[in-house]
Amino acid sequence: MRPAIPFSRRGALMLLISAIVSGLAVGSMYGLIALGFHVTYVVSNTVNFAQGSSMMLGAVLGYTFAVTLGWPLPLAVAMALALCALFGLVVERALVRPFAERGSNAWLMATVAGGIVLDNIVLFTFGKEPRAFPSLMAQKPIEFLGTGVYPLQLVIPLVGLGITVALHLAFNHTRPGKGLLAVVQNKDAARLMGINVRRAIAFSFALSTALAGLAGLLIAPLFSVHSDMGTLFGIKAFAVAILGGISSASGVMLAGLLYGLIEALITSYAGSTYTQIVAFAIVILALAVMPNGILGRAATKKV
Amino acid sequence: MPFPLCLPRRLLLAAAAAALVATPVAAQDTMKLGLVAAMSGQSAKSGEAIVRGLSVAIDEINAKGGVLGKKLELIVRDDESNPAKGVVAARELVQREKVAALFGGLDTPVSMAIVPFINQSKIPFMGVWAAGTPITRNGAAENYAFRVSAVDVLVDKALVNYALKKYDMKKPGMILINNPWGESNEKGLKEALEEKKMPYVGIEKFQDADIDVVPQLTRLKQAGADVLFMVANVAPSSQVVKSLDRMGWDVPIVSHWGPAGGRFSELAGPSGSKVHFVQTYSFAGKLSPKGEQVLAALKKKYPEIKTLADVTPAVGIANAYDAMNLMTLAIAKAGSTEGPKVREALYAIDKYDGLIKSYSKPFTPDNHDALTADDYIFTYFKDGQILPLTN
Repeated sequence: MRPAIPFSRRGALMLLISAIVSGLAVGSMYGLIALGFHVTYVVSNTVNFAQGSSMMLGAVLGYTFAVTLGWPLPLAVAMALALCALFGLVVERALVRPFAERGSNAWLMATVAGGIVLDNIVLFTFGKEPRAFPSLMAQKPIEFLGTGVYPLQLVIPLVGLGITVALHLAFNHTRPGKGLLAVVQNKDAARLMGINVRRAIAFSFALSTALAGLAGLLIAPLFSVHSDMGTLFGIKAFAVAILGGISSASGVMLAGLLYGLIEALITSYAGSTYTQIVAFAIVILALAVMPNGILGRAATKKV
Repeated sequence: MPFPLCLPRRLLLAAAAAALVATPVAAQDTMKLGLVAAMSGQSAKSGEAIVRGLSVAIDEINAKGGVLGKKLELIVRDDESNPAKGVVAARELVQREKVAALFGGLDTPVSMAIVPFINQSKIPFMGVWAAGTPITRNGAAENYAFRVSAVDVLVDKALVNYALKKYDMKKPGMILINNPWGESNEKGLKEALEEKKMPYVGIEKFQDADIDVVPQLTRLKQAGADVLFMVANVAPSSQVVKSLDRMGWDVPIVSHWGPAGGRFSELAGPSGSKVHFVQTYSFAGKLSPKGEQVLAALKKKYPEIKTLADVTPAVGIANAYDAMNLMTLAIAKAGSTEGPKVREALYAIDKYDGLIKSYSKPFTPDNHDALTADDYIFTYFKDGQILPLTN
């Protein structure tokens, strides 16, 4: 019934370019959220599984301030990010610290539960209907290498790369950054060296949720704002974080871009029916071959 | 055992028992009808529309003295779009509240879960939204499931006919949401195209959370599609429109009624008006006298309805209004609320001048769907309003 598709050479090139552009844009969003997993992991060996919800929170707050209340955009974005960071502090204080300090792994379930609670609170307060987040950078498509893209789709990868470089530099070349990394190696030693361990960990959670919130704000104009918009992103971003080797910022970002590219390329060449199956199969395969992720180092297990 | 302490509790129990006995007595002058629909969650708006349609019909009927000398009373239960909760609610309504008939909501999986129970308990069920084909065509020897709404297989035929007539379609492509609803329409669309001996050039699936549908659409474009059939809810449908915008591909989109459920204009932007989608009713334009009458009643009962943009989703209101009238006509005809008698009476309805159309012999033992493919209208969104398309 279905005839073979005649592929012209120009058409094939267009398909490739559009797959690369959309893959990189979506991939850098995965990368940004995954960086949030990275940040808390390198400081405290714990992660916040409510990252998807934090992303949603950024978008919902941004919408509320900028659209519902009509604040100027920079103020709305700053306020949304600040409140996302505050959410991170609450998660750390209420859902992670009480368990982690007892040596329990229950923070894992507690943060998942925290995300579900937040999703439902937003469902009741923000409402049930998806809303549109207008942005000047996502109204008129521009021509880019022969395909149409929104300017925002080109900005997102730049923001992602910028933040990756900044994190890398901060953790490896500044005193406070090195101090944060010292916390995970030996809490007592870090404390003796005058580092406030609790504050360091709390800061890493605030930073991670703010990163997710930023991803949410960037995605919102391309997507729609609703209470469960972050769920699938959170899951994919965690896969990306593991794939990249969660301890390396550049590895995590690279994995995000790769994952986005793989998804878009599979969809373009094999058809969307197979995207999820093949993409996650590749994640499993990659981890079997490289158990520590693309750029991760082997974790030292102390007995 | 501190015996005296038990006494107040016993008294309470006795009082409670008395209250329980008292309720059925008080309830005898009303006839209860149940609704199981999504009243919360993403689809809450559909439940609200259904309640409005049913309530306006009930008010009219009660003003004329009710049915079988009793006033009608609507009892609503929220299924939260969850099949298991829907079945529990249906059981409670039938067994405890003793409803004479049950109405169903938006979600096909919920209705599918309720159907075996109502067939077993011989309680008439009237679907007013969910379009899943097997709800009414369920294969039961004694089938109690009826419907006043669209039916997927018929919608798919209507979509194909519309695309042929309006756009002279030669190379159809499909962009479908990756869930059971998309799947059932994939089957229906394939069959409808097969009937017209028309090959399709591609079928693409996408997810609720897909931001960028450009890769899928590029495949369809390269395959030479000249019309796209779309099946997805509001938010994902708008992602398709935005991706088309980005590609600069101006292709006709003929859609199932997904976009109708929410703020499609806002989400999809100005290009959203290019999507032509199926509906069973629209309050826009010149209305029949019945339409005027129902719209006036709605505005009176629900003061928050000010413009036509507030009577959405119109399908929920209109289907529910006609469904309630057909059901009560049958109960009056049967002279009883016994399920088997009402079922026979539904078959015996000869004519009913309704909101959506003039029904004549709406139900037969072979056909439990009151609406046919000819009753669908095509509509589009303009500035938040659903407007009918004139051919």
